[in-house]
Amino acid sequence: MTDKTTSSNKSFLNDAGNRALIFQVVLLALVVFVGYYLFSNLQANLADQGISTGFGFLNQPAGFPVLIHLIEYTEADTYGRAFIVALINTVVISLMGIVLATVIGVVMGLARLSNNWLVARLATVYVETLRNIPLLLQMFFWYFAVLATLPHPKNSIIFADFFLNKRGIYSPNPIFQDGFGIVIAGFILSIIASIALIVWAKKRQTRTGLWFPAYWSSLGVIVVITFLALVVSGFPIEFDLPQKSRFNVTGGMVLPPEFVAVLVALSTYTGAFIAEIVRAGILSVNWGQTEAARSLGLKDSLTQRLIVLPQALRVIIPPLTSQFLNLAKNSSLGAAIAYPELVAVVMGTTLNQTGQAIENIGLCMLVYGTLSLTISMFMNWYNKKMSLMER
Amino acid sequence: MKSNVGKLLSTAAIAATISTAATASTLDDVKSKGFIQCGVSQGVPGFSNADSEGNWTGIDVDACRATAAAIFGDAQKVKFTPLSAKERFTALQSGEIDVLSRNTTWTYTRDTSLGLDFTAVNFYDGQGFMARKDLGVESAMDLDGATVCTEQGTTTELNMADFFRKHKLSYVPVVVQKADEALAAYASGRCDVFTTDKSGLAAHRSKLAEPNAHMILPETISKEPLGPVVRHGDNQWKDIVTWAMFVQVNAEEMGITSKNVAKIKGETIDPGIKRLLGAEGDMGAQLGLPADWAYNIIAQVGNYGEVFERNVGPSTPVGLPRGINNLWTEGGVMYAPPVR
Repeated sequence: MTDKTTSSNKSFLNDAGNRALIFQVVLLALVVFVGYYLFSNLQANLADQGISTGFGFLNQPAGFPVLIHLIEYTEADTYGRAFIVALINTVVISLMGIVLATVIGVVMGLARLSNNWLVARLATVYVETLRNIPLLLQMFFWYFAVLATLPHPKNSIIFADFFLNKRGIYSPNPIFQDGFGIVIAGFILSIIASIALIVWAKKRQTRTGLWFPAYWSSLGVIVVITFLALVVSGFPIEFDLPQKSRFNVTGGMVLPPEFVAVLVALSTYTGAFIAEIVRAGILSVNWGQTEAARSLGLKDSLTQRLIVLPQALRVIIPPLTSQFLNLAKNSSLGAAIAYPELVAVVMGTTLNQTGQAIENIGLCMLVYGTLSLTISMFMNWYNKKMSLMER
Repeated sequence: MKSNVGKLLSTAAIAATISTAATASTLDDVKSKGFIQCGVSQGVPGFSNADSEGNWTGIDVDACRATAAAIFGDAQKVKFTPLSAKERFTALQSGEIDVLSRNTTWTYTRDTSLGLDFTAVNFYDGQGFMARKDLGVESAMDLDGATVCTEQGTTTELNMADFFRKHKLSYVPVVVQKADEALAAYASGRCDVFTTDKSGLAAHRSKLAEPNAHMILPETISKEPLGPVVRHGDNQWKDIVTWAMFVQVNAEEMGITSKNVAKIKGETIDPGIKRLLGAEGDMGAQLGLPADWAYNIIAQVGNYGEVFERNVGPSTPVGLPRGINNLWTEGGVMYAPPVR
C-alpha cells in the first residue's frame, strides 16, 4: 500500500463529511422507499376492495347546494368548485376572525391593565369566562341560544332597508354600473397620494423635527378624492334592496346566522387568549422605560405607542402566532353549526357522496397545512421585522 | 396484500384506514370473537335507539340481532357502534364493524364505488318534508323560497337539491352535521321545513316539544330502500345477513311468529315449513350455520311483522302505518325468495 491509496481511502470513507452525506442519502432513500411502498400497497388494497381512487371525482357534478358561496356556485357545478367555495369560506372566516380577535384581544388586554377598577374587573371576567368554556359549546351558545332568539322573518326588525331576523342580517346589495371604473381609479390614486404624504411627513420630521398629522390628513385625502370621483361619474351604483317574501326576506345581501355565530365565537374565544398575551407583553416592559419617557416629556399616548408597545410586541408576536394558527384550525368547528367551511363540505358531504375518504381527508389536511404555514411564515417575517436591531 | 413484509408495514401504518382486505371470512372472525359488531345510528327512535340502560332497540338493531341468532343461537351476542351518517361507510370499509345497519339507502353509487354490498331491504322509505302547521303550507310545491334544514352526509341532501331544481323552486339550504342539531335548528325557527326520510320525520317529530304543531307534507320526493350493508367480496357473509332478513319475511307470510314457532316446529306436516325450521334436512349447512338457524331467528327476534309492530308500528310513539312495507300478499312490496 502506498500512502496515496491510504489517503484516498481516508478522503472518502473515513471522511466525516462524506460519511454524513452517505447516511443522509441512505436515509432519504429509505424514507422514499417506505413512502412509496405504503402508497402502492394502499392503492392495491383499495383496488382489491373495489373502492374508487384518485381525484377524478373533482370533475364530477356535485349536485348538492352550499349555503354560503362567495363565488358563483350552483348544484350543477363540480366537486372541485364546491371545494374552492368551501376553501374560500374557511379562509375568509379565519382571516376575519384573526383581525377581530386581535382587536378584541388588544382592547381587553389593555382594559385589564386599566386603572379604572370596573373596566379592569369586567375585562378579567371576560377573559376568565371565555377561555375556560369549550369553543364548540360557545358556538352552540351563539347559534342556538343567542341568534335563535331573534324574531321570525315575518316580524323582522326593520331599519331603513336593513332587516334583522333569525335567518340573518339583510342589507342592500350594491350593483356597480358602467363608469364605476372612475371611482376605483380615484380610490387607488388617493391611496398612492396618501402613501406619498406619509413618506414625506416622516422624512420632514426626521429632518426638521416638525410633526405633521399625516394619517388623519391622508384619510381625508382618500375620502375627498373617492367622493369627487363618485360625483364626476354620476354615482354609478344601484342597490338591490331586500324584500319580504312568503317565507323569508329575499334579495339584497345577507349575513347568515351561521357565519355570525362562528365569527363571534372564534374571535371572542381567541380574543380572550390574546388579551392575556398582550397583558403579559406590556407588563414585560420595564417600568423604568415609561418613567424615562415621561421624564422626556412625552404624552401618555405617545409613551404607549412609541416606547412600550414596540418593546411589548417582541414578546407578544411569537405566542400570538400560535393563537392565529389555533383560530384558523378551530374554524373547522363551524361544521357543527352548518357553516359550510372545508370540513363540512369536503369531509362531510363530498366524502359521503364519493366515499373516497383518503383523497378528501388528504385534501383537507393539505389545505389546513398550507393555511397554517402561510400564517406562520407571515408572522415569522413580522417577528423578524419587529425584533431588536442591535447596532 | 403484496408480501409478508408488506403485511407488517401496512398493518402498522394503514391499519386505521384499510386493513381487512384479505383476512379470513367475516363469519370465521365473528365466530372466533363471539359476537357481531353492528354499526347503528346515534339515535333514531324505532330504527336504532338506546334506552337509559344502554339496551338497543329498533328495526335496524333487530337486523343484527337476527343475524346473531342465526349464527350463535343467541340474539344478544351483538355489540353496537353508534355512527354518524358520514362515519358509517368508513367504519364498515375499515373492518371496525361487521354489518352496517343504520337506515342506509341502497343507491347505485354506494353499491358500486364504495367497496360495499347491500343485502336486503328491511324498510322501504321515501324522503319527505316536515313543516309547522301554522306556516300554512299544504304541499311541497308551495315551498318556493323556503329555508330547509337537513342532516349532512346523507342522500337527503342530493334529493332535496334535485327536487327543488326539478320544480324550479328556490330555497336556502342549511346543512347541519348531526341530525339532532339539524332538528334543533328547525325547532328554533332557523328553517321553515325539515327534510329527511319519512320514517325519520315521524321519529324526529315525536322528539319535538309539540309534535302536533308539525305536519309531514304529503309528497314523497325519493325512493329510499333501507337495509343492512356488508363489505364487498365476502359472499358467504352477505348471504347470511340477506337470508336472516328473508327468513323473517317468509315466516310472516307462513304465519309463524315467535309465540307459535315452537309449537309449529313440533306439529307441522308442511315440508316447506319443516325445511325452514330445520326439522327436516339441513338448510343451515349451506350458509355455514347450525340447522336451527331460522328457528332461532323467529323464536328470538320474531317475524318481520312482529319486528315492525314492536318498533315503528301504529302502537309505538313513531306510529308509522305498515303501508308499502306490508307483505306482497297484503298489498305491500315485502317479498322474499322461498327457502328451498
